[in-house]
Amino acid sequence: MTAVIEVRNLTKRYKDKKALDDVTFDVRKDTIYGFLGRNGAGKTTAMSIITAQNFPTSGSVRVFDEEPYENARVLSRMCFVRESQKYPDDAHPRHALAAARLFFPNWDQELAERLVDDFQLPLRTPIKKLSRGQLSAVGVIIGIASRAEITFFDEPYLGLDAVARQIFYDRLLADYAEHPRTVMLSSHLIDEVANLIERVLVIDRGRIIMDQSTDETRDAAATVVGPSAAVDDFVRGREVIHRESLGRVASVTVLGALGAAERAEVEAAGLDLAPVSLQQLIVRRTQHAAGQPVSQTQEVHR
Amino acid sequence: MIEEGKPLFVQIAEHIEDSIVDGSLTEQAQAPSTNELAAFYRINPATAAKGVAMLADKGVLHKRRGIGMFVAEGARDLLLGERRSAFADRFVAPLLAEARRIGLDAEDLAALIRERSTQSTTGRES
Repeated sequence: MTAVIEVRNLTKRYKDKKALDDVTFDVRKDTIYGFLGRNGAGKTTAMSIITAQNFPTSGSVRVFDEEPYENARVLSRMCFVRESQKYPDDAHPRHALAAARLFFPNWDQELAERLVDDFQLPLRTPIKKLSRGQLSAVGVIIGIASRAEITFFDEPYLGLDAVARQIFYDRLLADYAEHPRTVMLSSHLIDEVANLIERVLVIDRGRIIMDQSTDETRDAAATVVGPSAAVDDFVRGREVIHRESLGRVASVTVLGALGAAERAEVEAAGLDLAPVSLQQLIVRRTQHAAGQPVSQTQEVHR
Repeated sequence: MIEEGKPLFVQIAEHIEDSIVDGSLTEQAQAPSTNELAAFYRINPATAAKGVAMLADKGVLHKRRGIGMFVAEGARDLLLGERRSAFADRFVAPLLAEARRIGLDAEDLAALIRERSTQSTTGRES
């Protein structure tokens, strides 16, 4: 496994708030990551520091085994598509695309033109007059057509309707298949991207709480449903991350994969077993973490 | 098409196996490529590759260098054998469990099965 990004003990403090709190992780080469977490969890801060658009308070970042700061060799191999990208006042989409073409060595002009058609992006309208969705399309097109070795998409879908988002996912996947590269996709639409991403990196209140393959997350938790007493018997001794009840029926989500014997036990007890989607898992874990002292949360995850 | 709670690559492998068992993907035929699978199921190519690799390990698919993956000779028999031996666990056991819950015994079940299978054959003829 080759790491293209190595983040070590990264801390970013804004006045009295820690946006990143001693964060350490690696990003593997040619892998699509889901970089997930609640608003304000530290995703954008982390991506800004990795792309040298912001400074850490302490800790280090290495990209392609080099310091990214003022390092053109590294920066031209990374593309950061920001949710709130600012463009010059009088710029048109064709200017943004022309600038990107100059900056990114692997830029594919033909691909960019196809994407412009796919997203029906007007090229000769001032960017400030574009709709929110069209503005997002400018970023998405640059992100895909730049073919940068590392591409960050920070909530790239704002204002894009379901059809346009599907076009984005399909084109990204198709181009990734032909030209493998590292993609960090930050999104709140977790169920939409769950099948696209190979690894999941979850950040919560400035700390990494999950860093694993998406496949591993598919049986990382299970929900047991049935009469409260029977459910309680089964979940005793397990780590419960969510509990709901309706009359005498309880629905309890527990962490940990269930083996064949445990599944048989559930069935024998007349309980139902429901899978937990990636989105549910992350919602539960980030809620769960919020209710616990930080030290304990760390212990659970490492 | 894709369900939760089961590794995605296993599901991809099962979809390919289904096509081999039902004959839509014949022996010696070329199996869909990793990228085709990724585009069709809208999944990460690495996941599709893992599913294909699983079938290759099992001897269901084999690789022809530079061309792609092909369905191995004897793959269908292999899968049929596997499914027949799993049939009792996968289908008969839950059927019996539900029957017991609602007070049907094995004889009742056998009668129901016979009745249904004649119905469906006559149904098809009419």
